[in-house]
Amino acid sequence: MSPVRNYYSDGSKKSVSNGMRCLRWFLGLAGILAALAAIIFLPLPSLLEWQSLFLKRAFFILMLCAFFVLWRLFLGPTAADRAAALDILGILILGFCAILGIPTGRDWYIDIGIAWALQSFISILALGKYMEGRRFDE
Amino acid sequence: MNEIVGFSFILLGLAFDFFGCLGLVRFPDVYNRLHSSIKCVTLGTTSILLGLFFCKGFTPAGVKAILCILFLLLTAPVSAHVLARSAHKSGVKLWEKSVCDKYAEDGN
Repeated sequence: MSPVRNYYSDGSKKSVSNGMRCLRWFLGLAGILAALAAIIFLPLPSLLEWQSLFLKRAFFILMLCAFFVLWRLFLGPTAADRAAALDILGILILGFCAILGIPTGRDWYIDIGIAWALQSFISILALGKYMEGRRFDE
Repeated sequence: MNEIVGFSFILLGLAFDFFGCLGLVRFPDVYNRLHSSIKCVTLGTTSILLGLFFCKGFTPAGVKAILCILFLLLTAPVSAHVLARSAHKSGVKLWEKSVCDKYAEDGN
Protein backbone atom coordinates (compact mmCIF):
# COMPACT_ATOMS: atom_id res chain seq x y z
CA MET A 1 0.00 0.00 0.00
CA SER A 2 1.24 3.52 -0.66
CA PRO A 3 2.09 5.46 2.52
CA VAL A 4 -0.60 7.77 3.93
CA ARG A 5 0.67 11.34 4.05
CA ASN A 6 -0.61 13.11 7.14
CA TYR A 7 1.60 16.16 6.69
CA TYR A 8 2.12 18.95 4.14
CA SER A 9 5.31 19.25 2.13
CA ASP A 10 6.84 21.76 4.53
CA GLY A 11 6.38 19.44 7.51
CA SER A 12 3.31 20.93 9.18
CA LYS A 13 0.63 18.43 10.14
CA LYS A 14 -2.70 18.30 8.33
CA SER A 15 -5.51 19.14 10.68
CA VAL A 16 -8.18 17.26 8.65
CA SER A 17 -7.69 13.77 7.25
CA ASN A 18 -7.08 13.18 3.56
CA GLY A 19 -10.37 11.43 2.91
CA MET A 20 -12.33 14.22 4.57
CA ARG A 21 -10.55 16.80 2.45
CA CYS A 22 -11.32 14.87 -0.74
CA LEU A 23 -14.96 14.62 0.32
CA ARG A 24 -15.19 18.35 1.02
CA TRP A 25 -13.64 19.15 -2.34
CA PHE A 26 -16.06 16.95 -4.23
CA LEU A 27 -19.06 18.19 -2.25
CA GLY A 28 -18.09 21.77 -2.97
CA LEU A 29 -17.69 21.08 -6.67
CA ALA A 30 -20.98 19.17 -6.79
CA GLY A 31 -22.67 22.02 -4.94
CA ILE A 32 -21.41 24.62 -7.39
CA LEU A 33 -22.40 22.54 -10.41
CA ALA A 34 -25.81 21.79 -8.94
CA ALA A 35 -26.42 25.47 -8.23
CA LEU A 36 -25.44 26.41 -11.76
CA ALA A 37 -27.61 23.70 -13.28
CA ALA A 38 -30.54 24.73 -11.11
CA ILE A 39 -30.09 28.35 -12.06
CA ILE A 40 -29.90 27.62 -15.75
CA PHE A 41 -32.32 24.78 -16.30
CA LEU A 42 -35.10 25.02 -13.74
CA PRO A 43 -37.97 25.09 -14.70
CA LEU A 44 -37.93 23.83 -18.26
CA PRO A 45 -39.85 26.42 -20.28
CA SER A 46 -41.43 26.21 -23.69
CA LEU A 47 -39.34 27.35 -26.63
CA LEU A 48 -41.22 30.66 -26.92
CA GLU A 49 -40.25 31.98 -23.50
CA TRP A 50 -36.88 30.25 -23.49
CA GLN A 51 -34.96 33.28 -24.69
CA SER A 52 -36.15 35.78 -22.13
CA LEU A 53 -35.83 33.20 -19.34
CA PHE A 54 -32.26 32.43 -20.35
CA LEU A 55 -31.38 36.11 -20.29
CA LYS A 56 -32.96 36.50 -16.87
CA ARG A 57 -30.84 33.62 -15.59
CA ALA A 58 -27.80 35.26 -17.22
CA PHE A 59 -28.53 38.46 -15.31
CA PHE A 60 -28.83 36.46 -12.12
CA ILE A 61 -25.39 34.90 -12.60
CA LEU A 62 -23.81 38.26 -13.41
CA MET A 63 -25.43 39.74 -10.30
CA LEU A 64 -23.91 36.90 -8.28
CA CYS A 65 -20.48 37.71 -9.73
CA ALA A 66 -21.00 41.37 -8.85
CA PHE A 67 -21.82 40.35 -5.26
CA PHE A 68 -18.56 38.41 -5.10
CA VAL A 69 -16.76 41.55 -6.24
CA LEU A 70 -18.57 43.64 -3.63
CA TRP A 71 -17.58 41.08 -1.01
CA ARG A 72 -13.94 41.52 -1.92
CA LEU A 73 -14.40 45.30 -2.02
CA PHE A 74 -15.75 45.21 1.51
CA LEU A 75 -13.31 42.70 2.94
CA GLY A 76 -10.04 43.19 1.06
CA PRO A 77 -7.42 43.92 3.69
CA THR A 78 -5.21 46.01 1.41
CA ALA A 79 -6.00 48.87 -0.96
CA ALA A 80 -4.71 46.84 -3.90
CA ASP A 81 -7.45 44.25 -3.27
CA ARG A 82 -10.09 46.94 -3.55
CA ALA A 83 -8.51 48.42 -6.68
CA ALA A 84 -8.55 45.00 -8.35
CA ALA A 85 -12.21 44.55 -7.38
CA LEU A 86 -13.08 47.92 -8.95
CA ASP A 87 -11.34 46.96 -12.16
CA ILE A 88 -13.27 43.69 -12.33
CA LEU A 89 -16.53 45.51 -11.62
CA GLY A 90 -15.91 47.73 -14.65
CA ILE A 91 -15.46 44.73 -16.92
CA LEU A 92 -18.57 43.05 -15.48
CA ILE A 93 -20.54 46.20 -16.29
CA LEU A 94 -19.44 45.74 -19.90
CA GLY A 95 -20.92 42.24 -19.78
CA PHE A 96 -24.17 43.66 -18.36
CA CYS A 97 -24.43 46.23 -21.14
CA ALA A 98 -23.85 43.56 -23.75
CA ILE A 99 -26.59 41.29 -22.41
CA LEU A 100 -29.02 44.20 -21.95
CA GLY A 101 -28.91 44.96 -25.65
CA ILE A 102 -30.43 41.66 -26.73
CA PRO A 103 -33.96 41.50 -25.25
CA THR A 104 -34.63 45.23 -25.33
CA GLY A 105 -33.49 45.55 -28.93
CA ARG A 106 -31.79 48.88 -28.25
CA ASP A 107 -28.49 49.08 -30.06
CA TRP A 108 -26.90 51.88 -28.02
CA TYR A 109 -26.31 49.93 -24.83
CA ILE A 110 -22.99 48.73 -26.20
CA ASP A 111 -21.92 52.37 -26.70
CA ILE A 112 -22.39 52.91 -22.97
CA GLY A 113 -20.28 49.82 -22.42
CA ILE A 114 -17.43 51.12 -24.62
CA ALA A 115 -17.40 54.47 -22.82
CA TRP A 116 -17.42 52.78 -19.42
CA ALA A 117 -14.56 50.43 -20.35
CA LEU A 118 -12.47 53.38 -21.55
CA GLN A 119 -12.93 55.42 -18.39
CA SER A 120 -12.43 52.35 -16.18
CA PHE A 121 -9.09 51.60 -17.85
CA ILE A 122 -7.82 55.15 -17.44
CA SER A 123 -9.01 55.38 -13.85
CA ILE A 124 -7.26 52.12 -12.95
CA LEU A 125 -4.04 53.51 -14.43
CA ALA A 126 -4.47 56.62 -12.29
CA LEU A 127 -5.18 54.48 -9.20
CA GLY A 128 -2.05 52.45 -9.87
CA LYS A 129 0.05 55.60 -10.10
CA TYR A 130 -1.42 56.83 -6.83
CA MET A 131 -0.76 53.56 -4.99
CA GLU A 132 2.81 53.49 -6.19
CA GLY A 133 3.41 56.94 -4.80
CA ARG A 134 4.05 58.89 -7.98
CA ARG A 135 2.57 62.17 -9.19
CA PHE A 136 0.53 62.43 -12.38
CA ASP A 137 3.08 64.35 -14.41
CA GLU A 138 5.89 61.82 -14.00
CA MET B 1 -29.86 29.35 -35.35
CA ASN B 2 -27.85 32.53 -34.91
CA GLU B 3 -29.45 33.10 -31.56
CA ILE B 4 -28.76 29.58 -30.31
CA VAL B 5 -25.05 29.95 -31.13
CA GLY B 6 -25.03 33.41 -29.54
CA PHE B 7 -26.68 32.17 -26.38
CA SER B 8 -24.27 29.26 -26.06
CA PHE B 9 -21.36 31.71 -26.25
CA ILE B 10 -23.03 33.86 -23.61
CA LEU B 11 -23.45 30.79 -21.39
CA LEU B 12 -19.76 29.92 -21.76
CA GLY B 13 -18.81 33.49 -20.96
CA LEU B 14 -20.98 33.49 -17.85
CA ALA B 15 -19.31 30.31 -16.62
CA PHE B 16 -15.86 31.87 -17.02
CA ASP B 17 -17.04 35.07 -15.30
CA PHE B 18 -18.45 33.12 -12.39
CA PHE B 19 -15.31 31.10 -11.77
CA GLY B 20 -13.13 34.16 -12.13
CA CYS B 21 -15.10 36.05 -9.51
CA LEU B 22 -15.11 32.95 -7.31
CA GLY B 23 -11.32 33.10 -7.42
CA LEU B 24 -11.51 36.74 -6.42
CA VAL B 25 -13.30 35.70 -3.23
CA ARG B 26 -11.32 32.60 -2.35
CA PHE B 27 -7.64 33.21 -3.09
CA PRO B 28 -5.39 34.27 -0.20
CA ASP B 29 -3.31 37.02 -1.81
CA VAL B 30 -3.68 40.15 -4.01
CA TYR B 31 -1.52 38.67 -6.74
CA ASN B 32 -3.45 35.38 -6.86
CA ARG B 33 -6.73 37.28 -6.93
CA LEU B 34 -5.54 39.44 -9.81
CA HIS B 35 -4.47 36.34 -11.77
CA SER B 36 -7.78 34.57 -11.50
CA SER B 37 -10.16 37.47 -11.71
CA ILE B 38 -8.69 39.49 -14.56
CA LYS B 39 -7.90 36.53 -16.81
CA CYS B 40 -11.18 34.69 -16.39
CA VAL B 41 -13.36 37.80 -16.44
CA THR B 42 -11.65 39.14 -19.58
CA LEU B 43 -12.22 35.86 -21.37
CA GLY B 44 -15.78 35.61 -20.09
CA THR B 45 -16.72 39.10 -21.20
CA THR B 46 -15.04 38.47 -24.56
CA SER B 47 -17.22 35.41 -24.97
CA ILE B 48 -20.37 37.35 -23.97
CA LEU B 49 -19.57 40.04 -26.51
CA LEU B 50 -18.95 37.39 -29.16
CA GLY B 51 -22.36 35.97 -28.33
CA LEU B 52 -23.85 39.43 -28.78
CA PHE B 53 -22.16 39.63 -32.19
CA PHE B 54 -23.67 36.31 -33.23
CA CYS B 55 -27.11 37.42 -32.04
CA LYS B 56 -27.08 40.76 -33.82
CA GLY B 57 -25.20 39.90 -36.99
CA PHE B 58 -23.31 42.50 -39.01
CA THR B 59 -25.33 45.43 -37.67
CA PRO B 60 -23.59 48.44 -36.01
CA ALA B 61 -24.19 46.91 -32.58
CA GLY B 62 -22.52 43.65 -33.53
CA VAL B 63 -19.42 45.28 -35.02
CA LYS B 64 -19.15 47.54 -31.96
CA ALA B 65 -19.09 44.34 -29.90
CA ILE B 66 -16.05 43.14 -31.89
CA LEU B 67 -14.43 46.51 -31.23
CA CYS B 68 -15.13 46.09 -27.52
CA ILE B 69 -13.47 42.66 -27.62
CA LEU B 70 -10.33 44.13 -29.16
CA PHE B 71 -10.23 46.97 -26.65
CA LEU B 72 -10.77 44.64 -23.70
CA LEU B 73 -8.09 42.19 -24.80
CA LEU B 74 -5.61 45.04 -25.17
CA THR B 75 -6.32 46.99 -22.00
CA ALA B 76 -7.41 44.61 -19.26
CA PRO B 77 -4.05 42.82 -18.91
CA VAL B 78 -2.32 46.20 -18.85
CA SER B 79 -4.56 47.24 -15.94
CA ALA B 80 -3.71 44.04 -14.09
CA HIS B 81 0.00 44.59 -14.66
CA VAL B 82 -0.22 48.17 -13.38
CA LEU B 83 -2.10 47.05 -10.26
CA ALA B 84 0.29 44.19 -9.48
CA ARG B 85 3.37 46.36 -10.01
CA SER B 86 2.07 49.19 -7.87
CA ALA B 87 0.97 46.74 -5.16
CA HIS B 88 4.48 45.25 -5.08
CA LYS B 89 6.10 48.69 -5.01
CA SER B 90 3.86 49.87 -2.19
CA GLY B 91 4.91 46.87 -0.16
CA VAL B 92 2.09 44.33 -0.26
CA LYS B 93 3.61 41.03 0.88
CA LEU B 94 3.17 37.74 -0.96
CA TRP B 95 1.18 34.90 0.61
CA GLU B 96 3.38 33.15 3.18
CA LYS B 97 3.22 29.81 1.36
CA SER B 98 4.47 31.38 -1.91
CA VAL B 99 7.53 29.72 -3.37
CA CYS B 100 9.56 32.62 -4.79
CA ASP B 101 9.35 36.33 -5.60
CA LYS B 102 11.10 36.88 -8.92
CA TYR B 103 10.26 40.57 -9.09
CA ALA B 104 11.98 41.25 -5.76
CA GLU B 105 14.94 39.08 -6.75
CA ASP B 106 15.46 41.24 -9.83
CA GLY B 107 16.19 44.13 -7.50
CA ASN B 108 12.82 45.97 -7.28
